[in-house]
Amino acid sequence: MKRHLISTGDLTRDDALLILDTAEELARVSQRSIKKLPTLRGRTVVNLFFEDSTRTRISFEAAAKRLSADVINFSAKGSSVSKGESLKDTALTLEAMGADAVVIRHSASGAPHRLATWVRGSVVNAGDGTHEHPTQALLDAFSIRRRLGRLEGLKIAVVGDVLHSRVARSNVLLLHTLGAEVTLVAPPTLLPVTVETWPCQISYDLDAVLPKSDVVMMLRVQLERMNAAYFPSAREYSRRYGLDRDRFARLHDDAIVMHPGPMNRGMEISAEVADSPRSTIVEQVANGVTVRMAVLYLLLGGSEPAIGGAE
Amino acid sequence: MSDARNQARAVLEGPDIHRALTRIAHEILERTRGAESVVLLGIPTRGATLAHRIAGRIAQFEGIKVPVGAIDVTMYRDDLRLRPARPLGRTELPPDGVDGRTVVLVDDVLYSGRTVRAALDALNDVGRPRAVQLATLVDRGHRELPIRADYVGKNLPTSKSEKVKVFLEETDGRDAVVLIKEDDR
Repeated sequence: MKRHLISTGDLTRDDALLILDTAEELARVSQRSIKKLPTLRGRTVVNLFFEDSTRTRISFEAAAKRLSADVINFSAKGSSVSKGESLKDTALTLEAMGADAVVIRHSASGAPHRLATWVRGSVVNAGDGTHEHPTQALLDAFSIRRRLGRLEGLKIAVVGDVLHSRVARSNVLLLHTLGAEVTLVAPPTLLPVTVETWPCQISYDLDAVLPKSDVVMMLRVQLERMNAAYFPSAREYSRRYGLDRDRFARLHDDAIVMHPGPMNRGMEISAEVADSPRSTIVEQVANGVTVRMAVLYLLLGGSEPAIGGAE
Repeated sequence: MSDARNQARAVLEGPDIHRALTRIAHEILERTRGAESVVLLGIPTRGATLAHRIAGRIAQFEGIKVPVGAIDVTMYRDDLRLRPARPLGRTELPPDGVDGRTVVLVDDVLYSGRTVRAALDALNDVGRPRAVQLATLVDRGHRELPIRADYVGKNLPTSKSEKVKVFLEETDGRDAVVLIKEDDR
């Protein structure tokens, strides 16, 4: 039975489109004065966050609450995890509390996958290590489709720190499934070794890719994950891979700029570009709640989940 | 739905549906004093189509443009957990909303009444109408809730083992109401 959302690679084209179409209808709910739906009344969603993340946790919390689910927030700080409890014991505790879904963020790649073997409820990956962040990819795809009307055949450049990015992998897999052509642009040191097995193109030259792109997705340079020297200096990185005013001017007129946040303004993206009307950064946040509502509804709303990978 | 094993009988053809909707449009005009402050809200997908047709007729008869919309009830159904989560229909409210107006809900088939109950709940979340009425193309009986229609195209006595399927030009390429008897039950 399909019941988890751990990787966008588990989603078929039909699954992905069902999520986007459901989100499209739910977006209308966020415009009315009563934003709540009774659909998940009596269901419990646990937000299990082993890593700091304000925006993703709040987004999941808002999504679950708008569907009337009960939400339990569990963050590693100040919990029994800091006393040394293992992931498995935490999972069994949640299981005993009757969690219908567990939204997990963990610094270790593969943690949601392990968790899925221990709990009966649906597991939703909210970011695991440098592996995946499927709901971010879904909200990116949703934002692109809302702006440009389609995904099929679009040329999408994903620029920056691919090595440490779970967003990049999830996006490449999902956008490929949905028929877009993805090009990763990064210095060779910031590309994972297995990248040639990903369904995408690779380039080291941002200026060559920009004029052909319909969407430019800037990734955050994850300084906190960088223990080695991946590039000579922040300034040099910014010069070669940052999206500044001059590069922005070389995009074609309908192209849009995205960023999953939080941004390093002046590093991978200049403030001017981030605040331009062709940047989707603010609407990506609003779309995040909508897309997560769609995912929770499709996983928990019926007798059995309508999407996601089997375990 | 294989016609070989199941007996399918058309109980309403195109012209019958046409007449029924015309009568419903006249009845709405009569009972709401010229469709004053009426909003037609169809339940997707076929109810929404019917709502637009009724609005078209009211415009034709009286030259009034009645606001039309659609209200999806999927998230409000009481049988959600009996089946896998299903795709949502589209909710489209007229720009002026439903507050203080007479809302006429439009659906294709009235059966248990559970869809209408869900629609009443959904309506509750989008505003406060002055009154709510119900129009249906076919009333096939077997109500499970205290709900009745104000405007009925055709009362169709059925048994619970039968199925009623409505086909409309806009979605199905033809107009018909078909009664399907399932032999193996």
